[in-house]
Amino acid sequence: MPDKVFTLDDLKRILIAGAGADEAVDLDGDILQQRFDALGYESLALLETLSRIENEFDIALDDGVLTEESTPAQLIDAVNAVLEAARLAV
Amino acid sequence: MSAQALVTGLGIAAPNGLGTDDFWSATRSGKSGIGRITRFDASSYPAQLAGEVPGFQAEQYLSSQIRSQTDHMTRMALVASDWALADAGITPEQFDAYDMGVVTASSSGGFEFGQGELQKLWSLGRRHVSAYQSFAWFYAVNSGQISIRHGMKGPSGVVVSDQAGGLDALAHARRQIRGGTPVIVSGAVDASICPWGWAAQLAGGRVSTAEAPDRAFLPFDAEACGHVPGEGGAILVVEHADSAKRRGARAWGELAGYAATFDPKPGSGREPALHKAIELALADARSAPGDVDVVFADAAAVPELDRQEADAITAVFGPRGVPVTAPKTMTGRLYSGAGPLDVAAALLSVRDGVIPPTAHVQQAPGYAIDLVTGQPRTGEVRTALVLARGHGGFNSALLVRAA
Repeated sequence: MPDKVFTLDDLKRILIAGAGADEAVDLDGDILQQRFDALGYESLALLETLSRIENEFDIALDDGVLTEESTPAQLIDAVNAVLEAARLAV
Repeated sequence: MSAQALVTGLGIAAPNGLGTDDFWSATRSGKSGIGRITRFDASSYPAQLAGEVPGFQAEQYLSSQIRSQTDHMTRMALVASDWALADAGITPEQFDAYDMGVVTASSSGGFEFGQGELQKLWSLGRRHVSAYQSFAWFYAVNSGQISIRHGMKGPSGVVVSDQAGGLDALAHARRQIRGGTPVIVSGAVDASICPWGWAAQLAGGRVSTAEAPDRAFLPFDAEACGHVPGEGGAILVVEHADSAKRRGARAWGELAGYAATFDPKPGSGREPALHKAIELALADARSAPGDVDVVFADAAAVPELDRQEADAITAVFGPRGVPVTAPKTMTGRLYSGAGPLDVAAALLSVRDGVIPPTAHVQQAPGYAIDLVTGQPRTGEVRTALVLARGHGGFNSALLVRAA
């Protein structure tokens, strides 16, 4: 099984597919350290994003890993930590 | 005297025209928007005609963020709300957020969106159902999304009473204006032309299965055979007269009178309550039957219901006592969207002094009403009565008057 890694490009693709994008926000800009609410994503958008990541990467994530206060960098780290743990468990 | 509730803005998405100008030029010339269904493959269904709104490209008006969480009906309602506010000359920033509310009507909610999520539920599993299903299907979603889009935090809500609901919403908007709120965005847009919505509508037993678009929806005609469903409606800005005056705004007209009644239990032998609704709406407006220049009929195209409506109109206005029209013969039955669209058409009739025709219909000899068919009728229109009846016994009557 190839090692799966969750990247910023994955996140942007999933955000746009599930919740679209705020016209006032440039997702191609430097967004890693910005809060999700500042990027225009409210709680339902994040819920939708979380379940899409879970479905695509076949993992279970804790609801707490993604809040309106968290940032893309934090989410990417959290998802990769779960992917890493799943690899080690095999 | 109660505060006057004026209509200061119109936003229209109708099967025979997107936007007020297109809708009205089609309507006054009798141009129908009914045709074969294109939104899904209806070839295996007993009814294959509908009134679909032409040329509505959501991406032209709404961000991907909004589109990802909205049904087709909500997208049209949002765009119509933009147009209505622009028509009223209102930018929401001019008002305190609590001085603006949203009251719409709905009959089915976001069926097309809901169908997609139900399909995901049963084919892929519950983890694939969109989080937005939580509200995208919901009756109140158009009010909610309009409220969020324009920052309107005043009295808001939704009314659900099938086709009567569109008038009931406008009446509730008037109530909130009288309660002191300067601006209420109101009206309704419905759309459920998708397999799930279609199955539900067919189950109602009143959908026409005729195949020719000009023979399918014929109220007050000897060939009446049920209605053609349509999508769309109108969003109106209802405004306190003081607020409109302060802004120097132009008013399309006044929501001058309203009443709603409920039919007696079937089999009771008592007369349907539409007659009473008309009388009460006239009394509410302090108007006499002779003041009314035109009646926009509910026009069910179900013989028993057409009979009830013609009898109610005749009882109040006398035989052939007032021009009656049903421009919904050009759009199909729009459910909650029908009343607001008829109110918009009535206000346009007031502006232009022209009554749009009832399309395709040859009036059956048994009805003693003066149905406007064939050509539009010109002449001063100052007061118009709009009727809407909802499945299950709802009757609503709303009187609009030149401001």
